[in-house]
Amino acid sequence: MAQMNMIDAIRSAHDVVMAKDPNVVVLGEDVGYFGGVFRCTDGLQRKYGEHRVLDAPIAEGGIIAAAIGMGVNGLRPVAEIQFADYIYPGFDQVASELARLRYRTCGDYFSPVTIRTPCGGGIRGGQTHSQSPEGIFTHVSGITTVMPSNPYDAKGLLISAIESDDPVVFFEPKRIYNGPFDGDPNKPAVPWTTHPKGEVPEDYFTVPLGIADIVKPGSELTIITYGTLVHVAQAAARLTGVDAEIIDVRTLAPLDVSTLADSVCKTGRCLIAHEATRFSGFGAELAATVQENCFYSLEAPIERVAGWDTPYPHAFEWQYFPGQKRIAAGIRKVMEAQ
Amino acid sequence: MTNRSRLHIPQPSARPGDEPDFSYLNLSPAGSVERPAADARTREIEHLSVELIRVLDDDHRAQGSWNPALEPAALQVALRWLLLTRAYDERMWQIQRQGRISFYMQSTGEEAVSIGQAMALRPGDMCFPSYRNQGLYLYRGSKLVDMMCQCLSNTGDMCKGRQMPIMYHNRDANIFSISGNLATQYPHAVGWAMASAIKGEDHISASWVGDGSTAEADFHHALTFAAIYQAPVILNVVNNQWAISTFQGFAGGERRPFAARGLGLGIPGIRVDGNDLLAVYAATTWAAERARRGGGPTLIEHVTYRGGAHSTSDDPTKYRPKDEWLEFPLGDPLERLKNHLIGEGHWSEEEHESVQAEMRDKVQVAWKEAQKQGTMTEGPYLDPATMFDDVFVETPQHLEMQRQQMLDLES
Ligand SMILES: Cc1ncc(C[n+]2csc(CCOP(=O)(O)OP(=O)(O)O)c2C)c(N)n1
Ligand SMILES: [Mg+2]
Repeated sequence: MAQMNMIDAIRSAHDVVMAKDPNVVVLGEDVGYFGGVFRCTDGLQRKYGEHRVLDAPIAEGGIIAAAIGMGVNGLRPVAEIQFADYIYPGFDQVASELARLRYRTCGDYFSPVTIRTPCGGGIRGGQTHSQSPEGIFTHVSGITTVMPSNPYDAKGLLISAIESDDPVVFFEPKRIYNGPFDGDPNKPAVPWTTHPKGEVPEDYFTVPLGIADIVKPGSELTIITYGTLVHVAQAAARLTGVDAEIIDVRTLAPLDVSTLADSVCKTGRCLIAHEATRFSGFGAELAATVQENCFYSLEAPIERVAGWDTPYPHAFEWQYFPGQKRIAAGIRKVMEAQ
Repeated sequence: MTNRSRLHIPQPSARPGDEPDFSYLNLSPAGSVERPAADARTREIEHLSVELIRVLDDDHRAQGSWNPALEPAALQVALRWLLLTRAYDERMWQIQRQGRISFYMQSTGEEAVSIGQAMALRPGDMCFPSYRNQGLYLYRGSKLVDMMCQCLSNTGDMCKGRQMPIMYHNRDANIFSISGNLATQYPHAVGWAMASAIKGEDHISASWVGDGSTAEADFHHALTFAAIYQAPVILNVVNNQWAISTFQGFAGGERRPFAARGLGLGIPGIRVDGNDLLAVYAATTWAAERARRGGGPTLIEHVTYRGGAHSTSDDPTKYRPKDEWLEFPLGDPLERLKNHLIGEGHWSEEEHESVQAEMRDKVQVAWKEAQKQGTMTEGPYLDPATMFDDVFVETPQHLEMQRQQMLDLES
């Protein structure tokens, strides 16, 4: 096993799949010669050549659309959108084309595109380098939506995503590229070497899509979360002393309902946390799913902790970010409810 | 030609370690391109999109029919603005490096675009800038202190802490808000110009994007709408040769100049030496007159060079030769105007140095002033409760609840 941060793990996933399957190609802004603004594709062009790792014009709609066409013609494209905040010019191609190609041709055509994109805040990126738009994609039928929370999962899930014949939008929480983050910006940064999931096999392995991970078993409350908040939620739970079961959803769509339902039916209490804005956020889907499956086991209303329903403000990053305090307050509220 | 299809991968002329090579640039001698009438038919002036309009020659003399014959006093003022822009950029870069603001982007090497064009537009004309047009803000009246306060996200910030550094706006000066999303402002400028024509006003609008950003669909939306409705707009492409790590070939600059992008739609294109303030001013004046007289849009490509890193997050030595800028055949816009004025006997090295020092002082004074309104580590601080304002005209109930929750948690 090797020590990897999330960037290394993502790069390694590309490398392993590209070595195995000559049809895998990578395209995106600055991904080739430069290796990506976050270095996730560093070295790939040197190794696999300029015809398999393509620097693209600055046109997200064009990148996604061209990837779709390549996929239809037998390639397996991995497209990087430099920031999730810049994915919107490509949204029509995702929602109207990529997501529905298989359905509208009854399986005669499909395009196995993976779209990778860094998301989330905590890096002083203001409103155009901090967004978490996953809920917009989970709302589109036909898109597999993934967000890993550690290097091991990032590599295993990305390999699964690239090998999947369904289109995948793969969100990478950039705040945890270099180390797990417990939500306290005043603490010194911690590298992934301190975390068991920073140990990643160098070779091929997969983490299956569609399966949630119970990060920490517990009995009093279930916290359903994903991405950066997996780490923040653990710290928040420790703060309250509540024995929480923490579930990392990992694949948002299609959703692993049974893992979530089994847990909440066991604990009887549920808190849902994500960094994305709350209103119509993915948490609403999670809450509805839990309610449908666990209503008679619930001892308290389901609580949601999320980003406020405003754009991500540069100066108030830490008042905006759903940090330990906010999640802890949510935990107490669920625990105190009768 | 080969007998099978192949993929072309654009290659920059030089990478780190190579000798800079700008032989790909098509340079016309200064004064060699004739200035047509502002109402010339697009078909008759297609050559302007391929040639390069230059006024200042290699000996710094003004040549040809594009020479705007500006008074020496006006050129001295222009030089002062160029020097102020550069002093501002240099100081803000250092300030970011000291960790006192989170991010910065310089306009080093392309200052003449903003200043030359600001001089040619009227105050009532509306500007839709990119993030490398700080000179435009300065010239049109934004105060250094206000711009610094924006970068500090402090109590004096016109964006109330909501935007990253450099995303200024100035409603009084008719300059739109800078977006982080590339090229989005381009079609806004067209819509603004259409509204001006609908209302029967003679204000025009202008917008700026980089070479790389011309690949975005919004660039093409702007051209299409501008052409169809003959909107009174000046669409500028600031071709500084680089996007982040990709050179202008990745936006299609290898085949045809950016100025030629509009020809298929009947939009005249002018390719101008962006480091020659006189040429920039003259081209803009021409396009503004054309627009105001019902002649519709003009696309201007400013050939220049991004003298600095893309931003404080970038390290250009990873993808281009270290000293490429020094070899750029169109030089440094500040040096060129300075040498022109000196050659004409209207400026001296001593005056130049003293104005440079004066501008640095101005910037330093403004920085002291700006810090009094708060820094990242010292108050006064903005009130975080304001983050819930302006999402809607009237703050809805769920946001009021969230505001209260936030305040309860902070207390
Ligand atoms: C829609 C969108 N995609 C990508 C980015 C990331 N990005 C910011 S600046 C930049 C390069 C722009 O290059 P160019 O248009 O040449 O402008 P320059 O920086 O040279 O002035 C990129 C890719 C963005 N801000 N918005
Ligand atoms: Mg550029």
